[in-house]
Amino acid sequence: MPQAGTLKGDRLPKAVIAVLASTGMAIMLFIIAFLLREGVPILQEATLGEILTGVYWYPTSDEPDFGMLPLILGSISVTLLSSLLAIPISICLAIFLSEICPRGVGELFKPVLEILSFFPSVVLGFLGMMLIAPWLQQTFQLFSGLNMFNASVLMGIMIVPIISSLTEDSLSAIPKTLRDASYALGATRMETVLKVVVPAALPGILQACLLGIMRAIGETMVVLMAAGGAAVIPRSIMDPVRPLTSTIAAEMGETPVGSVHYNALFFIGVLLLVMTLLINLLAQWIEQRGKRWR
Amino acid sequence: MKRFAVVLLSALLGLSLLAGAAFAGEITIKGSTTVLPIAQACAEKFMAENPDVSITVSGGGSGNGIKALIDGTTDIADASRPIKDREIKMAEEKGIEPMDHKVAIDAVIPVVHPSNPVDNLTLDQLMKIYTGKIKNWSEVGGEDKHIAVVTRDTSSGTFETWEKKVLEGKRVLPRSIVVASAGAMNQTVANNPLAIGYNGIGYIEDNEDIETLSINGIPANTETALSGEFPVVRFLHMYTDGEPAGDTKAFIDFIFSAEGQKQVKQAGFLPVK
Repeated sequence: MPQAGTLKGDRLPKAVIAVLASTGMAIMLFIIAFLLREGVPILQEATLGEILTGVYWYPTSDEPDFGMLPLILGSISVTLLSSLLAIPISICLAIFLSEICPRGVGELFKPVLEILSFFPSVVLGFLGMMLIAPWLQQTFQLFSGLNMFNASVLMGIMIVPIISSLTEDSLSAIPKTLRDASYALGATRMETVLKVVVPAALPGILQACLLGIMRAIGETMVVLMAAGGAAVIPRSIMDPVRPLTSTIAAEMGETPVGSVHYNALFFIGVLLLVMTLLINLLAQWIEQRGKRWR
Repeated sequence: MKRFAVVLLSALLGLSLLAGAAFAGEITIKGSTTVLPIAQACAEKFMAENPDVSITVSGGGSGNGIKALIDGTTDIADASRPIKDREIKMAEEKGIEPMDHKVAIDAVIPVVHPSNPVDNLTLDQLMKIYTGKIKNWSEVGGEDKHIAVVTRDTSSGTFETWEKKVLEGKRVLPRSIVVASAGAMNQTVANNPLAIGYNGIGYIEDNEDIETLSINGIPANTETALSGEFPVVRFLHMYTDGEPAGDTKAFIDFIFSAEGQKQVKQAGFLPVK
């Protein structure tokens, strides 16, 4: 009897898949190694504590300061605010699409939503600069409309399609038998959706949210164009902020390669990697918990 | 499948060769986005006159241009700032000898919203505004309104000129709004009646949405910049590895010719000859 993997026609595809998969993995490892190699030397210039808690970001001064706290808080605050704006809307939208609206409408709406998630962020950033910023400034008598609120609204618009589309997927994946059982017990549609379908899909929904949050942390163009770019710790949502990503985007082009500033920018890359890694671990933890809930 | 992989690999190999060294009759130019319009206009003219030469021009920033020169992946590096000591050292380690060609002069001019009544500031006032000591327009003869300070990111060549000539090395106010490009600077100031910003003369001319300020009573224009009266000026550079030769030399010579300097002027900068 031929063993698995020894068939002549089976060997080539197996090898191809193995090669391609390990190439992908190797590329990822090289990226991380490169980030660390270029970023870690900054620790010779400033201690980790100085970098993480310093509030002055003057990487090109004669006596440079590499305080990244305003940048880290900038990233976190924009991400939080945009998630607060986007997640409730996304989940309601997903519940509507999957449970409430007539099937025909849903089938039309879902692809539109998925296309929207590929909407170029630079266009959104441009809208923020040309339309929202002057409007915000006039309406609220601010000194600038380029601020955290502006960027968060745009980022929210950007992650709604991602979160709601994934949430809708996990809601539709809940088997019909579960709903039928609920109806059979005399539950109303509302009770079925909120007390049966949504709890059953909760791990998927949370993962969709985390994916949206990760997208928001990594997003660059919108924050570069609309967040105002001031490296200060924000005190209100109408303050300008400078997230980590836009710092790299704005400064890398003109930075002398191999300089201390260059190392600092790569270190920001390492920080972003660590942040997304943490969220990823959180997502996995939620999945573990989710298995127990079921 | 194997054949496909071979084709893919050879295509990649070919591409990397192309990116590596330029062939005869080909010139690559990389670097500063400020110098980009000059390089582009000159390249077009030069290719029209010399159809056997093809020139690839791309932006990416002064730092990237100089890095490409050091790595040997470009013939000419555009820079809106002089090369740094560290970059010279890195180049020497690789046997590259960066040679400076100052191709144009740029004036960096303060700009405000057209509705702003202020039309002149002294260097000292500009310094105080940008370091946060002056916070209200009324302190410099304007309306009683907060000043929104707009600046370029710290690694931009335009910022470096501003820092050196206006801030005298002092640190720019951390709360200032930072924009990532010359275009974004114009947009931001045009959209904000409280804003003050600055930009290279090439990006300001004929722009009705923003208004330029005089410094110490000296208006910014070609004459005052060329005569050295206008205080905030800088050179724009192109770097080659050692004395340029062949087509690269012909191109550099072209930029310094009457026709080349006319392109410099049309791109909005000041000719050096």
